[in-house]
Amino acid sequence: MREIYYRQALNEALGEEMERDERVFLMGEDIAIYGGAYGVTKGLYEKFGEERVRDTAISEAAIAGAAAGAAMTGMRPVAEIMYIDFSTIAADEIINIVAKNRYMFGGKTTVPVVLRTEGGTGRGIAAHHSQSLESWYVHIPGLYVVMPSTPYDAKGLLKSSIRDDNPVMFIEHKMLYGMKGPVPEEDYTVPLGVADVKREGKDVTIIAYSRMALLAVEAANELSGGGIECEVIDLRTLKPLDIDTIMTSVKKTGKAIVVSEACKTGGFAGEVVSQIVELGFDYLDAPVVRVAGADVPIPMSPTLEEVAVPRVVDIVEAVKKTVVSG
Amino acid sequence: MGNGELVEYLGTMLRIRYFEEKVFELLSRDLIKGASHVYAGEEAIAVGACAAIREDDYIASTHRGHGHCLAKGGKLPQMMAELCGRETGYCKGRGGSMHIADVKTGNLGATGIVGSNIPVATGAGISVKLRHTDQVVLCFFGDGASNTGVFHESLNMASAWKLPVIYICENNLYGMSGSVKKVSSVQDIAVRGSAYNIPSEIVDGMDILKVKEAVRKAAAGAREGKGPYLIECKTYRFYGHSRSDPRVYRTREEEAEWKEKDPVERFKKKILGEGVMTEDEIKSLEKNISVEVDKATEYALNSPFPSPETLTDDVYVKTVVSRKS
Ligand SMILES: Cc1ncc(C[n+]2csc(CCOP(=O)(O)OP(=O)(O)O)c2C)c(N)n1
Ligand SMILES: [Mg+2]
Repeated sequence: MREIYYRQALNEALGEEMERDERVFLMGEDIAIYGGAYGVTKGLYEKFGEERVRDTAISEAAIAGAAAGAAMTGMRPVAEIMYIDFSTIAADEIINIVAKNRYMFGGKTTVPVVLRTEGGTGRGIAAHHSQSLESWYVHIPGLYVVMPSTPYDAKGLLKSSIRDDNPVMFIEHKMLYGMKGPVPEEDYTVPLGVADVKREGKDVTIIAYSRMALLAVEAANELSGGGIECEVIDLRTLKPLDIDTIMTSVKKTGKAIVVSEACKTGGFAGEVVSQIVELGFDYLDAPVVRVAGADVPIPMSPTLEEVAVPRVVDIVEAVKKTVVSG
Repeated sequence: MGNGELVEYLGTMLRIRYFEEKVFELLSRDLIKGASHVYAGEEAIAVGACAAIREDDYIASTHRGHGHCLAKGGKLPQMMAELCGRETGYCKGRGGSMHIADVKTGNLGATGIVGSNIPVATGAGISVKLRHTDQVVLCFFGDGASNTGVFHESLNMASAWKLPVIYICENNLYGMSGSVKKVSSVQDIAVRGSAYNIPSEIVDGMDILKVKEAVRKAAAGAREGKGPYLIECKTYRFYGHSRSDPRVYRTREEEAEWKEKDPVERFKKKILGEGVMTEDEIKSLEKNISVEVDKATEYALNSPFPSPETLTDDVYVKTVVSRKS
């Protein structure tokens, strides 16, 4: 199979969905001639024109709210919020309008909006451009939250998100845009709410998502050399959550570790731990632990940024501890 | 205005220009990580505006903030160290380029969220009123930022409460790529003042003395309790938005036109023409500043990175007033 970059995979999904359905259009900051801050929309403006690839002013609240209005009146907007750090400005529209309109209006409207954004650390761009805020949006009934880790998933999940009638927060990771992976040429989708078992193992289950899923696989490969076999689950979508796949694995291994780049306190990793404990207490042989970001604004300096979020070595150590304590 | 002041202004403009040129070089050598938005081309605004206010006045800066920081009295070594993520930087390497702040000089800091400092400047204006001082606040922001909600909310608040805040729009015609022509409802940001009953004017942002005069007048009014003022400075950023920006959204001709108006060259000519400095004196000033920048760079690159153990220092103030122990 051919290999393409994560950013290309996303670009193909957008282009193909725009071809397939003329209701799909894009809006956001610097997405037209500039091609998006991370190059995801390159070439789409040239191909589809300025009506369907709309450069907006720096107005995140209006972008999100206008997406809702367009969606409620028959369009299928894919709006880009350049960094998830800027979604704070759009949060009112996302949380109070995009997420809730359908329910508040008795199920009589739909808001098929995709809000594409990106998050995460790794580029030394500090506290306003590196956050992992997915937990906020998972907390809001009415929103789906999708976080792909590979080019294949990125394309398939973006297509599903665009075709779904529910609003989706589609959160990419800045360090993944330049990663390559196999992606079929023909049309395919990856369903929302289905996790991916990236590696089978009998000793411990590692649950991760977005870039941390790749680090978890690295850690598992390293541990395998030392005789510990980890099962690695990439959630792919945080909401809907594929709890069945998680529980099937945990019942087999009896041990679980949840890895997330977001700040530990109040983060999504804690939610996964709770569900595992609620559903699988009797199967557990060791405490379920979180390997997560420190409770700190992301610092610019490389020596600090590196230790603010989980590294492979942190996952390896947590696994070893869990295995011993079990 | 004495000759000494004019020489000082030229010095500060050159300091910003050389600093930014060095920053661009260090970025491409990967000695500065992350992003840096350089101020080259816009020096006359920060230097002119800060020359018109007092040391105890405040400024609120932007993501393109190196010029503001230097013009308000920031020092090259600590600034360069900050950009390089070192412990000796103004923000101990935590902030970097987009969050540079020399708090002691009345700089309320730079921000990575476009527009987010406009309310902060406005709040400093409230504080000035409540403390009954006659300080003023300069609020720098871009043309792009004038499309954010907080710009409009802040101007309304400042006007309703007659706050001593001078809003200085650095209209360099573009956001990242979005041109004012395409994404804004108006071409002159100054006209937005009238919606909030705030007097405004358009100034040639490539002319330091014009900027200084406009800010001086606005500041005098603000100190007398006349309330806020909006000054739009027409300017241009000489570099791309980021290190890799191919600048497809603007033409090379337009860039050349604006480079003709280079604020530093223009001011040099004026100073020469008026006999304030000789050619040789300017040359030696330039040489000295270039050495200053080199020394600052050396200082920065020889400074230690923060130690990982200090990761969570300063998240909270250490004194806890009430906590169950
Ligand atoms: C809220 C927000 N939206 C988008 C961005 C991305 N961004 C960084 S700088 C910039 C352009 C800002 O334009 P302007 O206010 O005119 O300032 P300039 O860069 O031209 O000095 C954009 C869109 C951001 N940092 N914050
Ligand atoms: Mg601008």
